[in-house]
Amino acid sequence: MLAGLKDSAVSLTADAAPTAAPSRRQFLKASAAAGAGLVIGVTLLPGGGKIARAAAPAAAAPVDPNAFVRIAPDNTVTVAIKHIEFGQGTYTGLSTLVAEELDADWSQMRAEHAPADATLYNNLHWGPVQGTGGSSSIANSYMQMRQAGAGARAMLVMAAAEAWGVSPEEITVAKGVVSHAGSGQSATFGELAERAAAMEPPGEVTLKDPADFTLIGKHAPRLDSRAKSRGEAIYTMDKTLPGMLTAVIARPPIFGATLKSFDDTAARAVPGVTDVVAVPRGVAVVANGFWAASQGRDALTIEWDESTGETRGSAEIMAEYKRLADQPGTVARNDGAVEEAFASAARVLEAEYEFPFLSHAPMEPLDCLVDLKADSCDVWTGSQIPTVDHGAAVAISGLKPEQVRVHTLLAGGSFGRRATANADMVSEGVSVAKAIGGRAPVKVVWTREDDIQGGSYRPMYFHRLRAGLDENGNIVAWHHRIVGQSIVRDTPFAAALIQNGIDKTSVEGANTLPYAIPNLAVDLHTTDVKVPVLWWRAVGSTHTAYSTEAFIDEIAEAVGRDPVEYRLEMLAEHPRHAAVLKLAAEKAGWGEPAPAGRARGIAVHESFNSYVAEVAEVTVGDDGEIKVDKVVCAVDCGVAVNPDQIKAQMEGGIGYGLSAILREAVTLDGGRVEQSNFHDYTPLRINDMPEIEVHIVPSAEAPTGVGEPGTPPIGPAVANAVYSATGQRIRQLPMSLHGLTGA
Amino acid sequence: MVRLLINGEERQLDVAPETPLLWVIRDELGLTGTKFGCGIAMCGACTVHMDGFPIRSCSTAVADAEGSEITTIEAVNGKAAQAVQAAWEKLDVVQCGYCQSGQVMSAIALLSENQKPTDEDIDAAMSGNVCRCATYVRIRAAIHEAAEMMET
Ligand code: FES
Ligand code: FES
Repeated sequence: MLAGLKDSAVSLTADAAPTAAPSRRQFLKASAAAGAGLVIGVTLLPGGGKIARAAAPAAAAPVDPNAFVRIAPDNTVTVAIKHIEFGQGTYTGLSTLVAEELDADWSQMRAEHAPADATLYNNLHWGPVQGTGGSSSIANSYMQMRQAGAGARAMLVMAAAEAWGVSPEEITVAKGVVSHAGSGQSATFGELAERAAAMEPPGEVTLKDPADFTLIGKHAPRLDSRAKSRGEAIYTMDKTLPGMLTAVIARPPIFGATLKSFDDTAARAVPGVTDVVAVPRGVAVVANGFWAASQGRDALTIEWDESTGETRGSAEIMAEYKRLADQPGTVARNDGAVEEAFASAARVLEAEYEFPFLSHAPMEPLDCLVDLKADSCDVWTGSQIPTVDHGAAVAISGLKPEQVRVHTLLAGGSFGRRATANADMVSEGVSVAKAIGGRAPVKVVWTREDDIQGGSYRPMYFHRLRAGLDENGNIVAWHHRIVGQSIVRDTPFAAALIQNGIDKTSVEGANTLPYAIPNLAVDLHTTDVKVPVLWWRAVGSTHTAYSTEAFIDEIAEAVGRDPVEYRLEMLAEHPRHAAVLKLAAEKAGWGEPAPAGRARGIAVHESFNSYVAEVAEVTVGDDGEIKVDKVVCAVDCGVAVNPDQIKAQMEGGIGYGLSAILREAVTLDGGRVEQSNFHDYTPLRINDMPEIEVHIVPSAEAPTGVGEPGTPPIGPAVANAVYSATGQRIRQLPMSLHGLTGA
Repeated sequence: MVRLLINGEERQLDVAPETPLLWVIRDELGLTGTKFGCGIAMCGACTVHMDGFPIRSCSTAVADAEGSEITTIEAVNGKAAQAVQAAWEKLDVVQCGYCQSGQVMSAIALLSENQKPTDEDIDAAMSGNVCRCATYVRIRAAIHEAAEMMET
């Protein structure tokens, strides 16, 4: 999600903040918190400047939040994680970077979410915004977190040198122990923390030569495995405060409808219900627990004004998209002379693709806990963009920014859902708290039905592709038209992500098609539909990878070429695409017969600067049941910080994408969402999961993300395998629409 | 009044008998390891053991749990539980982790009954537990791993 913000984030606000140019010097800032050991922060000083030790806080002050690394006298090292941990592994990944340069022992590492503070904890790819998305957490933090670790290490070394009366150059640090061979002295970080905090921070730090890495590229186990395997991890759903109430909200039955009137007599009669209040999004029923609130909501009688709502069904919307596709759209890319090339082509192929709305359906339903007082507002939620969430809480509460605190908690998945421009969870939470006069802390909880029916979907899209071929079967002309809603239009992200009428998130993957085609055009129709839409794991690539890679396969087949060789011939200028494609093909035994009964398909796609190729092996039963038996995946994400977590993200990304293409769809009938829960919005289960093999391309390039890039190639790889098995080209998703079902 | 035997303790609770066991566990007893994911027995996030068998607490009325022994993830113990949790950690199964209490409870129940499950046995026992992070490859591997640990 947030694709492209990395390129243009500075324009998010007028005062350009420091961005992530790797060359920019970073400076260390340290402060001593009495009794808490060493606290080190790394801040970017835009105009350059000297490192300064922050003013020492008062003796009883809590640990300075201006910090990434906290070394405590008990020898633990705690990293303040500026990117929410919702499964993708930021706790572990960012801590690995710190521990590497600190030469800490992995067992002493701890992680906790940083508070909402965009000046300290901004995403360096986004400018002055704190947030997680676009698979950018490792990419933007790679140097910053290493510098934080190196700075802390330098101060520990200085402390030891002073204590032992030796030269700092003679001191070594390994696995959390600082030693001096000559004198035989050694000490733990915890023992040195207090003294280190009094050291003058180093002007600049030298980072390790990658050849000396002991953690990066090796195996650092997840820091959150133990708590999450024992039910001890605390999510927003689990966070409680004394006297807390729980609210559920009745929202309009169609998108864009508004509240006309309601009768809450029966709802208020439900034991445990304390309040029924109108809020901007609907009617909130507040109670002393979830069950009473939910019973209360069931008992509401509400009249909605549907006159302003979206009343079309999915079929009508798609029909309109098809009509629009007959007209030229806004140009997103135009190389060469496309129409002339089509006119002289020996042969023209065409294909159309249809994509449904998709729900993210993160495992933890959306939720937000708010404690609103006269002069303060505390918000606990799985905050994916704390800057936006904080802004919404400030605006709704009417308090000053410094009176509002957003506390990020672990989230049970997101896949983009928690990164909303309107801060929906937080807005609702603060609205309800305000409506009950801040009488008690209140947690708004969405049910699964609220989630599946609540919008913020991956948009529906219609694609039409045409390819003009010469007599040798080479592609000489390519035209790709995309029709669908814009994700960022009318949001604060529009300035950064819409250029010349093109929402980058609508066309990414299509306008970046890597194949060497001399005449190539991509155009876009942005549609008006009142269904809220949002980035969904890999954003534009969720549909553009499918249409382009399925169509390329179709063309290769039409001209009698091997799909791998055909692609490789057009990838001479894109060696990283070519390398993952070759690696996946080789490891999957491409060119050799597939195991009996199985058929293979392949696809390659770049998203968020990571390159992924996947080979799917499928069996299609006589009854149309698709069993994806095995997926071989090759990924190039630059330096592999934690290879096992890269594998985990490829496995998860493949499973998530597979779930969608096999049978996920949100459909509307008369504007009403037809699905409501996991019985009709049917997620992938363990019996559908293929065996997965992941190969990582060794690389010294700057690291890029892995949370999303595993998802896009699986759809077309499976589609191409299904064609190979059945002769059927699936151009309308999900596949279950074609009598094909997941296993 | 409902009388519940949960995690080895007897609790008297002033709740309506049809209240789902899940919300009694979470909101009345403050045990938050058991999760809410769907509320209709379709995801397994709320799995607890009733007399050792895995049940979906979101779709079990608290009154129906009277007279049975309920165990939540906070109190599981024994050989299968230790093996499952050790294997889960060893293989770094979790991602967001939200489904994992339920996965672990289902896996413990499986291994308590069947100490050498095949892939088909695992599919049958675990397909009621959704993981949106799709950690299924590792769940399967960890169950096999736990089965091996239990042998030694
Ligand atoms: S919450 Fe009980 S099965 Fe989903
Ligand atoms: S680990 Fe996230 S839903 Fe299973």
